[in-house]
Amino acid sequence: MTLTTEINDNGGGNGDSPEKLLAPVLSAFWDQPESWTLETYRRHEGYEGLRKALAMTPDDLIAYVKDSGLRGRGGAGFPTGMKWQFIPQGDGKPHYLVVNADESEPGTCKDIPLLFANPHSLIEGIVIACYAIRSSHAFIYLRGEVVPVLRRLHEAVREAYEAGYLGTNILGSGLDLELTVHAGAGAYICGEETALLDSLEGRRGQPRLRPPFPAVAGLYACPTVVNNVESIASVPAILNRGKDWFKSMGSEKSPGFTLYSLSGHVAGPGQYEAPLGITLRQLLDMSGGMRPGHRLKFWTPGGSSTPMFTDEHLDVPLDYEGVGAAGSMLGTKALQCFDETTCVVRAVTRWTEFYAHESCGKCTPCREGTYWLVQLLRDIEAGKGQMADLDKLNDIADNINGKSFCALGDGAASPIFSSLKYFREEYEQHITGKGCPFDPARSTAWADDKNAHQGVNA
Amino acid sequence: MTEARQEVSLGMPQLPAPAYPAEVRARLEADAKEVIARYPDSRSALLPLLHLVQSEEGYVSRTGMAFCAELLGLTTAEVTAVATFYTMYRRRAGGDYQVGVCTNTLCAVMGGDAIFDRLKEHLGVGNDETTEDGKITLEHIECNAACDFAPVVMVNWEFFDNQTPESATRLVDDLIAGRTVEPTRGAPLCSYKETARILAGFPDERPGAVEASGGAGPASLIGLRLAKGEEPHPRVVAPRGERPHAEEGK
Repeated sequence: MTLTTEINDNGGGNGDSPEKLLAPVLSAFWDQPESWTLETYRRHEGYEGLRKALAMTPDDLIAYVKDSGLRGRGGAGFPTGMKWQFIPQGDGKPHYLVVNADESEPGTCKDIPLLFANPHSLIEGIVIACYAIRSSHAFIYLRGEVVPVLRRLHEAVREAYEAGYLGTNILGSGLDLELTVHAGAGAYICGEETALLDSLEGRRGQPRLRPPFPAVAGLYACPTVVNNVESIASVPAILNRGKDWFKSMGSEKSPGFTLYSLSGHVAGPGQYEAPLGITLRQLLDMSGGMRPGHRLKFWTPGGSSTPMFTDEHLDVPLDYEGVGAAGSMLGTKALQCFDETTCVVRAVTRWTEFYAHESCGKCTPCREGTYWLVQLLRDIEAGKGQMADLDKLNDIADNINGKSFCALGDGAASPIFSSLKYFREEYEQHITGKGCPFDPARSTAWADDKNAHQGVNA
Repeated sequence: MTEARQEVSLGMPQLPAPAYPAEVRARLEADAKEVIARYPDSRSALLPLLHLVQSEEGYVSRTGMAFCAELLGLTTAEVTAVATFYTMYRRRAGGDYQVGVCTNTLCAVMGGDAIFDRLKEHLGVGNDETTEDGKITLEHIECNAACDFAPVVMVNWEFFDNQTPESATRLVDDLIAGRTVEPTRGAPLCSYKETARILAGFPDERPGAVEASGGAGPASLIGLRLAKGEEPHPRVVAPRGERPHAEEGK
């Protein structure tokens, strides 16, 4: 069925009301004045989770986070507590925590608003995690292209040192912790955890062969945990409000709350924090649906690297298992929604150009494969393609997928496979019609504005 | 001084890069040592140091790379390999303001392509080119994690959300005219060099810079407001036809 805009304003009654379906935790006080300050954070039970954590032994703390069922929010969904548990103890080497704040996956826009509005939730989570894994130096690897967020992180770290949440003998616990904010310099690949470590070591950001895994030989060949921003920022609330509270949300295998980022041709783009397992239909119902007069054509559940869905998938529960069973991945929960005005060939070509540009060049399938995909796709989009190109696209994607050094290659193959699966006819139309049948002007945000775009404000 | 030489390529190695003037060198060295001290291993300071030398000259020059190499005990080849890998390091001088239009799929579809085309035409420059007055370097950028504010334009890595061709044109006109420009999310613009210094890890000391533009943007709050029962049926997030900042003199 298709989703149109004549959606019930009331959202369908009690059980479906936004109040029931959403669960703001990390975003709970983003609307408060100066939400990013330590003072505001403390007023909202900030650093209470840390006090509870410090009352436990590190091993008990790891077990607690493991029991909560928290899974990585950066894409792979690996259990956070288990990652911490992999760190060898008593090995005499320094241990490191590196927070992956290199948010660059196309469509993904959750960590940046989180850090802009509430950076202390991350810092508190970092202190807790470092106590657990016995680390005395943590790093936040923030992508460089977000200076407003860097400013607030600098300030939040300064405040945390001043208040004794960082530095020596934190809250009298004997824990010492240095936290370094490190700005990247523009490279999507550095979101891959081993490339991130190479980059943090002052090298070209290229992924490393695993094993050894970072838990054994990570930063400076020492045991290292690499966690996503949202994963670490979720930890304080779990400690403060309890693992049972956390597990009361979501499903058994995908417990808890998370940020869903709705974008594209929707009436209400933005951040929606909800228990895992909400559906796109529910999110659209409560937020006004697609933009007026249009219907959903295709969408990504978790960024461009996750195979796309169509309007058939509106009721897929957006948790790790649900999205996986439907043939995609939860990824970063970046719900990019495109309506019927959008050319899927154009969308996939642009994503593929991105992967080709960002391929680090270390392995041949990805470096060469993405290049050739771009050549074929540009031809098809320009009406110069041949039918045989479609199988060739599939073939090249197949030679990248699973055969590359890291997940960037798999990500590059996803839009190719999934778009050919659901929209092969549209590719064929470009070939038989010798051009693109879509008018890009109709897809723009202002296409349906009656008054705008006429230079009224000029 | 080597510019004339570069016209003819004989495959000869370049002369060593000239050193910084003593005053510059002393200042940068003090900063660099502060950066290096943040890391257990000095080489980790390379990315911030490249931002630092970019804050001096507006791009990463051979002199800058030689400086980084010397301080970190690396070869210039090792530093060059890193500097050329990352897109935020400029290899040649650019404008005071770097205007980046997101043309990754979502922003492109929502209007980023139209904005980029309009700006190219309006400014008379192509991708990664600088206007003759040296004010603006225009480029298309990849996804900048603001898709719920699409289409997005970044100026010196501050957010200008929900742009249109008209608003973006006014934006660059303001920049060229030297009018104060405030981002939707971020602080009043500083120069490209000053931005690079923040990226090197030196906090923005301008009063009000951290607080500027307030808390979360409207799109970031939409779910929270719904959950609180405040806004049962949101529509357009920001006025797309209007300037996010004051219409000075327009």
